[in-house]
Amino acid sequence: MQELIKKGKELFANGTVDRIIGWTRGELPYDREIRVFRCAECFEKDFVYDAFCGANLSKYLIEESGKEGKIGVFLKPCDSYSFAQLIKEHRIKKENVYAVAIECYGKCDSRALADSVEDAIYWITDNGPELKIDTVSGAVVRNTYDYMLEKCAACKTKKHAPGCDETIGDEGEKVDDCTRFDIVAKLEAMTPEERFAFWRGELSRCIRCNACRNVCPACSCEHCVFDNPASGISQKAAADSFEENNFHIIRAFHVAGRCTDCGECSRVCPQHIPLHLLNRKFIKDINELYGEYQAGENPDERAPLTNYTKADCEPSVVYKRGGKN
Amino acid sequence: MNRIGVFVCHCGTNIAATVDVHRVAETLGKEPSVVIAKDYQYMCSEAGQNMIKDAIREYGLTGLVVCSCSPRMHEATFRKAAASAGLNPYLVEIANIREQDSWIHKDIEEATEKAVILGRTAIAKVQLNTPLTAGESPVTKRALVIGGGIAGIQTALDIAEAGFEVDIVEKQPTIGGKMAQIDKTFPTLDCAACILTPKMVDCAQNDKITIYSYSEVAAVSGFVGNFSVKIKRKARFVDETKCTGCGLCTEKCPQKKVPNEFNLGLDNRRAIYIPFAQAVPKVATIDPDYCNMLKNGKCGVCAKVCGAQAIDYKAQDTYVEQQYGAIVVATGFNPINIDAYDEYAYSQSQNVVTSLELERLMNAAGPNGGTLLRPSDKKHPKTIVFVQCVGSRCDDSRGKGYCSKICCMYTAKHAMLIREKYPDTNVYVFYIDVRTPGKNFDEFYRRAVEQYNVHYVKGQVGKVVPKSDGNLIVYGSDLIEGKRLVIDADMVVLAAAIEPDKSARSIATMLTASMDTNDFFTEAHPKLRPVESPTAGIFLSGVCQGPKDIPETVAQATACAGKVIGLLVKDKLTCNPCVAHSDELMCNGCSSCEKVCPYGAITYEEKGFRQPDRTTKMRRVAIVNEAVCQGCGACTVACPSGAMDLKGFANKQIMAEVDAICL
Repeated sequence: MQELIKKGKELFANGTVDRIIGWTRGELPYDREIRVFRCAECFEKDFVYDAFCGANLSKYLIEESGKEGKIGVFLKPCDSYSFAQLIKEHRIKKENVYAVAIECYGKCDSRALADSVEDAIYWITDNGPELKIDTVSGAVVRNTYDYMLEKCAACKTKKHAPGCDETIGDEGEKVDDCTRFDIVAKLEAMTPEERFAFWRGELSRCIRCNACRNVCPACSCEHCVFDNPASGISQKAAADSFEENNFHIIRAFHVAGRCTDCGECSRVCPQHIPLHLLNRKFIKDINELYGEYQAGENPDERAPLTNYTKADCEPSVVYKRGGKN
Repeated sequence: MNRIGVFVCHCGTNIAATVDVHRVAETLGKEPSVVIAKDYQYMCSEAGQNMIKDAIREYGLTGLVVCSCSPRMHEATFRKAAASAGLNPYLVEIANIREQDSWIHKDIEEATEKAVILGRTAIAKVQLNTPLTAGESPVTKRALVIGGGIAGIQTALDIAEAGFEVDIVEKQPTIGGKMAQIDKTFPTLDCAACILTPKMVDCAQNDKITIYSYSEVAAVSGFVGNFSVKIKRKARFVDETKCTGCGLCTEKCPQKKVPNEFNLGLDNRRAIYIPFAQAVPKVATIDPDYCNMLKNGKCGVCAKVCGAQAIDYKAQDTYVEQQYGAIVVATGFNPINIDAYDEYAYSQSQNVVTSLELERLMNAAGPNGGTLLRPSDKKHPKTIVFVQCVGSRCDDSRGKGYCSKICCMYTAKHAMLIREKYPDTNVYVFYIDVRTPGKNFDEFYRRAVEQYNVHYVKGQVGKVVPKSDGNLIVYGSDLIEGKRLVIDADMVVLAAAIEPDKSARSIATMLTASMDTNDFFTEAHPKLRPVESPTAGIFLSGVCQGPKDIPETVAQATACAGKVIGLLVKDKLTCNPCVAHSDELMCNGCSSCEKVCPYGAITYEEKGFRQPDRTTKMRRVAIVNEAVCQGCGACTVACPSGAMDLKGFANKQIMAEVDAICL
């Protein structure tokens, strides 16, 4: 974290940026909020980077990069793909952003951690592999890796997407034995009835708070279809279970091929719905039907769903798969 | 408030026999906004159209639904009728209750119910229709012909005859195609070269025709009347403008072991070559795969002997960009690869040949100077067995399901020519059926049997076993006599099925022209529009559309030219007003639509938008060029925010249709 603060101060000092977007402490000991720092002093005082900085800063740059001046940003490997994808979609003005690639060893599922402790927490210290939790009845220690977010436990890459201006620390590698699709395979192995029951169980908890949509870097439309009365699917309280399902299914289709699997949707869901699995199913299908594809990875590559090649699967793949998947 | 008229057509008994049309009209008449619903025997007749026009005037209709045949058939008719009565033609919707209903159902109850649903769907859509006005686009008065075989040549000559510029793109170094390789033609037995080469020369000499030989189509954009095509001119390492075709280089080139593709590899050519004596253009080409100079820089003989100094080893592929109003596909065919037919020993014995190879073996310009000698030992064959339908009418994956159509006739021709020239030769033909429809065709076949005593055997060859002396034992069955035949043959000739040229698929993709499962181009209508592709401005000539013999190919080529001329004489085409448009307030400028647009109709601009706080925010938004847009709707599906919509087929209208069916 000290290295990042040093870098941030340097960027302010040499005039590279006039703002830096970063994380700062929130109300609860494990809350990290996002803040635009406008001076080196406040940055030094309040900037935080630790196991709780899961939030992906990329989406904020759509708004911020449209403003005058240049903004600095720290991008974890995950976030850098969203950032690159948004540049590709002409949503972020790259010339107004100075991006610094930073290392990430996985972020903490703060709710799971908080739930593991009976007493009220008033401070948490991130000691790398261990988290020291000070509660009203004394300190407890938790192994960081036991409380990682699912997306981090099944991390796909420690390597950044191209497009960052500089890197702090060593550039990581792709995770070769990434297991992120195992959980999708499990869903695929279910019978349609079991799978339907699984998703009904999850989606029926949805309260349509829109947190998933608002945090998603791929959900960045000027005017969301759910806010557009002319679309016929505009925002309202779900009248029946079909509408609960529909919101998430429509959203998954809208981000298909552009979703980088950053996992923000599930991280912010107050109802603990594993929404990212819908998107990950799309990613798995795209990989299998059109060849390996990571949104944001290659600035010049055409996305498989908006491109046609002779090697593309034929529509008959639907019949071949039958009712099984 | 909408005032909608519904008209249900009987189409004689085409619809009325399976759909209770009175009930459909009665039921749809009760739908909201419908003020009149009638049925009539032939809606497309003058009386039917007048009924519509009268109703528009009498009831002040704001929308029209015609429940009839496919909109491809009569949408234009009813739009015209509406326009003449003062209703915007784009306020007409067709419910297809013939192709999509009466023709495919048997049960009257079910079909009637479906007709009502289809009518209701059209009513739901027409409620949301808006009046549209069609624009116009200019026509580039130049045609492109892809493929320089007899089909392409004939089409090009006929278009040029009408006074329009035509370009022929041919991937080989010369035009002429398959016909140039054929020895004699049925049913008149005149020599193919004698009738083809004058046409090739006509092409070269016609100042309206430009031949791009040794060239390929690299990219196509645009639309009917306004295609833009990028043509790749492969480096031939010989300057076409300087080469006189003297052929000295092709005699001096030391690289003599290059399989001669014109003679189907039955003999060799040099690394620098002119495919055949009457090639057009008569210009040498260096084969980069074999030329020592190009491969390792050691040689240069051709450059030394060339008096015209036409050789250029440093030549590069070049590209030509050209605008066209119409594109003709004449990509032709090839015999299929028959390596999978192990039972006929094609890959085991040189003396088992395909029919096209036999053409070369018998041709005066072929490897044996026109004397029929078998390839293995150059002996006169005394017994020749022809096997028909090798890969045609085939029910397994090795061959094709269709009849190749030309094989019965050319096999009769081969058999007859051999018996004529070498009367001591025994000729057997194994056939499934002999198919000879065509002018003077059956007479021709009967001559082979009756006058030339060719042994036609109904039955198939089970196995061909090569012997060490080059002879072949043919095991076959005679189904009429009901006995097994074992023939000791000197040669076996296989009538291999024909298939579209491999390049056809990528060309179809570039042209967005549709193909069938066998990669033959699909015609716009199998009976009524046989030389047009369903893609506007794309026309079909020759075997690329389906197996054909030469007379049929030439007839189709001329028909195709007629259609092209019909297009090129127009100065302007009416545009389709059902085009995409982008709602700039919702557009993200993300480029999704641009990436899927097959016509390059979408561009972007930075535009200022007034914000609630009275500042102006610059945003990138999509702009649709309405003259270029063809209304395919790909962009509306790709657009993540729903900003892109299609006039006449708005998302809302589609949803209303779906609701009308489902709710």
